Amino acid sequence: MSATRSTTRQLRIATAGSVDDGKSTLIGRLLHDTKTIFEDQLDAVIKASRRYGDQEVNLALLTDGLRAEREQGITIDVAYRYFATPKRSFVLADTPGHAQYTRNMVTGASVSDVSLVLVDARHGVVEQTRRHLGIAALLGVRHIVLAVNKMDLTEWRVDVYAAVVNEVEALLRELRADVALHPVPVSALQGDNVVDRSTNTPWFGGATILDLLESIEIDESDVHVGARLAVQWTIRAGSDYRAYAGRLTGGPIKAGDEVVVLPAGLRSTVRSLTVAGTAADHASPGDAIAIELDDHVDVGRGDMLVVGSATVSPIVGRDLEVDVCWMTDEAAVVGRHMVVKHLARHVGATITSIQFRLDPSTLQPTSTPSLALNDLGRLTLRLDEALVADTASRSRSTGHLILIDETTNATAAAATIIAIE
Amino acid sequence: MRVARMSTVAVVGSVGSVRSEGSRVLAELESEAITIIREVAAETRAPVLLFSGGKDSAVLLHLALKAFSPGRLPFPVMHVDTGHNFEEVLSYRDEFVAQYRLELLVASVEESIRRGRVSDPGPTGSRNRLQSVTLLDAIATHGFDAAFGGGRRDEDKARAKERMLSFRDTLGRWEPRQQRPEPWNMLNARIRPGEHLRAFPLSNWTELDIWSYIGQEGIPLPSIYFSHRRVVVERSRMLLAVGGPVVLEAHETAWEETVRYRTVGDQSCTGAVRSHAATVDDVITETASARITERGATRADDGISDAAMEDRKREGYF
Repeated sequence: MSATRSTTRQLRIATAGSVDDGKSTLIGRLLHDTKTIFEDQLDAVIKASRRYGDQEVNLALLTDGLRAEREQGITIDVAYRYFATPKRSFVLADTPGHAQYTRNMVTGASVSDVSLVLVDARHGVVEQTRRHLGIAALLGVRHIVLAVNKMDLTEWRVDVYAAVVNEVEALLRELRADVALHPVPVSALQGDNVVDRSTNTPWFGGATILDLLESIEIDESDVHVGARLAVQWTIRAGSDYRAYAGRLTGGPIKAGDEVVVLPAGLRSTVRSLTVAGTAADHASPGDAIAIELDDHVDVGRGDMLVVGSATVSPIVGRDLEVDVCWMTDEAAVVGRHMVVKHLARHVGATITSIQFRLDPSTLQPTSTPSLALNDLGRLTLRLDEALVADTASRSRSTGHLILIDETTNATAAAATIIAIE
Repeated sequence: MRVARMSTVAVVGSVGSVRSEGSRVLAELESEAITIIREVAAETRAPVLLFSGGKDSAVLLHLALKAFSPGRLPFPVMHVDTGHNFEEVLSYRDEFVAQYRLELLVASVEESIRRGRVSDPGPTGSRNRLQSVTLLDAIATHGFDAAFGGGRRDEDKARAKERMLSFRDTLGRWEPRQQRPEPWNMLNARIRPGEHLRAFPLSNWTELDIWSYIGQEGIPLPSIYFSHRRVVVERSRMLLAVGGPVVLEAHETAWEETVRYRTVGDQSCTGAVRSHAATVDDVITETASARITERGATRADDGISDAAMEDRKREGYF
């Protein structure tokens, strides 16, 4: 089952890069060479380029869709573009590189299968590269395609390329990131190794950017932990029908399976189920399902149903250790009370300690009394009530949460669960 | 695959029929949309689904019915009627609503004009922009705190920037620089009184996905989405249907053409495209080879400025 699925689902790509490292050119080339740019869009970009005073056609205007972005020539928020080749369809989230808009980058990168990181070969790894790698590691992105760009301006020197790759490898080792690195020497402007293989890199035996994107296997390791259903909604119909609806993760489920309701620990059996509203005898991870149980046990929104045969059960606990990207002006300080949203559950939480902040230029942990907007760091939280969750390393789909400001309702942090007890 | 028109009413949201084995991409998009619909319904007090009778809102409503099947839709649907809608679309809307016994609210731009909330742009002017006022008034009157819309990111460059859950302040405004982050698609639906949310479950769908899904599910559509003969006039490079708000001026010539609509909106600003696509399959083939975006081909008002959509959205547009 998972073999055929993984080759056919959309691949989600997040791009990251600084302003001048050729990110827009690379995206423009991917979209152009896959015939995804429509004539009226190209016309509009040509006209807009003239108006904003660009010398050539500015491909960044394809994705920089907001007035402020176009006027200032920067990417402020994520833009989503959809394209397809005969082999696969793709969603590309073009995210900002500026530190100021890190939270928007996090939004785009969090659900991605692949992070496409660009480095200008002449400048090597810069602070933004480090932050992008740090965020990719925090978010649990499993593949990084490293485009070492503007190789034409270094006379295609293999030593320049190797130095960049070595530095990135070293950084990923320091971050202890569970990630596969796929480096490629490219010239986005001239198209070398983007879609077509370059004759300038006889020393490079790897695949082109598009070949990589078409062939990377989507990580679905968290479909083997055992089925989990975070209950979003109870569907009622007539006097008898009552079903618990949500999106299935962790593994398949079928009628007759024994389930445990957490945190209460009650047991029951699946009587019937629907997938996308239609009766089915089994469901797969990712499906929007509703489950009818044999007994009238007490189940509601926020509860988690887990199959009895799960390889590993989620953990029920009140103490969390989380890696966060802080996304609001109000700093994270010890004692601050917030709301955790995890799947379909809201729970109050107090920050009990700030373990460290990652220095953005070195990615080294440093001690700090608080985390500010766009900081990456590690916190501990004490929850008001027990939460049913997994660590992110075990299950990406149940191992993350957001923190919400109780007063402003702003989404204050994206958090990856490191430990729960 | 069969032709899905109003005459052939498809089975929507019924339990017991066999689930078709569609493409993996469509299954993923379907699950994602249903998950968003359920989450917003659970997190908000009074949601409403915006239903124009267009293809995107037909897919949205179909998904909403599935999300709560075999139970009833736990919220009403609302149409913002410009008073310049295509007749075929209005009758389709009423049939769809009657068939599923849905609660339909109609918010009328005509009424907003009569009450002096907005001024009448005249018989040739577009009422598209006026819909924002009517929509916001209706949201306030009914006390809605969330509105589902069929907007898709591939429609327009400003839409490409919008979140699944789009926060609107007490004046109904979208502030693109202050969007809530949505890591791992976790939706924060908490708002304060007077504020509201717009939810876009079809964010990640393309025009081709919409049509493929309509074919897979046999979702009925208004007949004007398929090729037919119609008397048209050319204005600002758009083929507008003559009739209703579109009155022929002295210097203009009308002629009959074989056309269909790629989008369905206000009759005064929605253009037809020359097409012989008579079935869903034909439309899928045509869409797959299209070289012009749907809005570029059919919406006169989006051509006005580089940021027309962003400007309308900031004012509270869909």
